[in-house]
Amino acid sequence: MAVTEIEKTNRLLLIGSFAVALPVLAAQLPEERADAMYHLYDGGGVTVSGPSILVRKQFGESLSASANYYVDAISSASIDVVTTASPYTENRTEISASVDYLYGDSQMNLGYTSSEESDYSADTVHFSIGQDLLGDLTNVTLGYSRGSDEVRRNGDADFSDEVTRNSFSLALNQVVTANTLFALSWETIADEGFLNNPYRSVRYLDASSPTGYSFESEVYPRTRTSNALSARLRYHLPYRAALSGEYRYFSDTWGITAHNTELGYTHPLGDKWTFDLSYRYYTQNAADFYSDLFPRIQAQNYLARDKELSSFSSHSLGFGMSYKLHRESWKLLDSASLNLAYNYLYFNYRDFRDISQSEAVGQEPLYELSANVMRLYLSVYY
Amino acid sequence: MQVITLSATLLVLTSLAGCAVEPWVKPYERAKLADPIMSFSRNPVADSYLNHVYQAREAARGAEVGQGGGCGCN
Repeated sequence: MAVTEIEKTNRLLLIGSFAVALPVLAAQLPEERADAMYHLYDGGGVTVSGPSILVRKQFGESLSASANYYVDAISSASIDVVTTASPYTENRTEISASVDYLYGDSQMNLGYTSSEESDYSADTVHFSIGQDLLGDLTNVTLGYSRGSDEVRRNGDADFSDEVTRNSFSLALNQVVTANTLFALSWETIADEGFLNNPYRSVRYLDASSPTGYSFESEVYPRTRTSNALSARLRYHLPYRAALSGEYRYFSDTWGITAHNTELGYTHPLGDKWTFDLSYRYYTQNAADFYSDLFPRIQAQNYLARDKELSSFSSHSLGFGMSYKLHRESWKLLDSASLNLAYNYLYFNYRDFRDISQSEAVGQEPLYELSANVMRLYLSVYY
Repeated sequence: MQVITLSATLLVLTSLAGCAVEPWVKPYERAKLADPIMSFSRNPVADSYLNHVYQAREAARGAEVGQGGGCGCN
C-alpha cells in the first residue's frame, strides 16, 4: 500500500538520473567508489527510511559498471490514510545495475532497474549516449528510458493493470569561462496505463451523510505526457568555493504547470571539510480534474483529490557537511568521506483541506506539511 | 516527432565535433572547473534520493540534476 505515499508515476525519473549520473569531466568514466547510505524521511505522519548501497568498479580503460541496492521501509499514517483508510507499513526494494563505456570522446550508458513491493512492480531499461564537442568545451547527451510497471491492489486478487513509460532526454553541458559551467536539460515523458492510485478517494458533497460529504474512487486519464526544461549554472568564486543556481519549467497534458528555482553554496574548509547550503522554492497549479470537494457524485469523467495534483508551493532548506578521511598507510583505498545531508521541507497547500479537523464542509483549514529529510553516508574511493 | 527532432539535433552537433574549433578556455585554464566542488552532482546517491523525495511530493518530473554528460573541462 505504499502507493499512497510513494509516487509511482515518477519512479522512472529516479532510475534515469541514477543511470546517467556521468562525471562532470568529459571523456572520463565515473570514478570508482562505493557508498553506503542510510536515508530518512519524516513528515506528515509518514516515515520512510532504509539503506542504499552503491558500488562502482572500472574494468580496463573504457568500461565501468555499477550496482545499487536500495530499500524504502514505509510507515504511513498520512492525512490521506487517517481520513480514508488505515495506517500501514510496507517495504519497497529496488535493484539496479548499469554499464558505462567510453569510446574516444563518446560515452555510453546502459542500465536496468527493478523495483518491487507488495502491490507494485516496475522494470526499467535506460540507454544514453554522449559526445564531447567544440574542443571538449561542450558535451551533448541523448537518453532514452522505457519502463513497464504492474499495478496491483492488496486485498483484491482480481485487480491488476499495467503502465508503460517512455522518456526522452537531451542534455547540454557547457564550459562558459574558466570559472563557469552551464547545463541545459530537457526531458519528455509519456505514460500510458493505470496512472492513478488504486486506494485513494475523492470527496463530494452529500447531504445524506452526517459529515456533509462522501467518498468515491479517484479516476485519472490513462495517458500523461510531460515536458521539463532545466538550466543550471555553477560558478567558482575567486576563493575556493562554488555558487550554484538552477531553474526548471514543467508542464504536462493534465494542465499542471510548475516552476522551481534553487540557489546553493559550497564551501570547503581546509582539505578535510566541505559544507553545502541550499534553498529551493517550488510552485505548481492544480491538474484540470483536481478538486478538494466535488459538487456531486461522478461530477465529471476524471476525478482527483491527490494533494500532489493540487495547487501548492514548497520551500526546501538544505545543509550538508562532509569530512574526508585519508591515510597514507591505506593499501586498498585512496580515500573515504563521511557525509551528512539534511533538508527541511515545508509545503503550503492552496486548495487541499485538512478534513481531519471538524469544521463546516468546505471550510476546513488548508493543509500544511513539514518534513525532515536526512542522508547519512560513507563514501570510499579506490 | 520529438524523437526525430532530438536525433537531428544530436547529429548536427556531433558533426560539429570534427570542426577545428579553438577552445576559448584552454586545458591549462581548467583547474577550477576540475575541482570536485564544481560538480553538478558530487554525491549521486544522496542527490538521487532527494530527487526521489521531490518526485513523491510534487507533480513535476524530469530534467533533474545528474542527467547528461560532462563539461568538457578535463
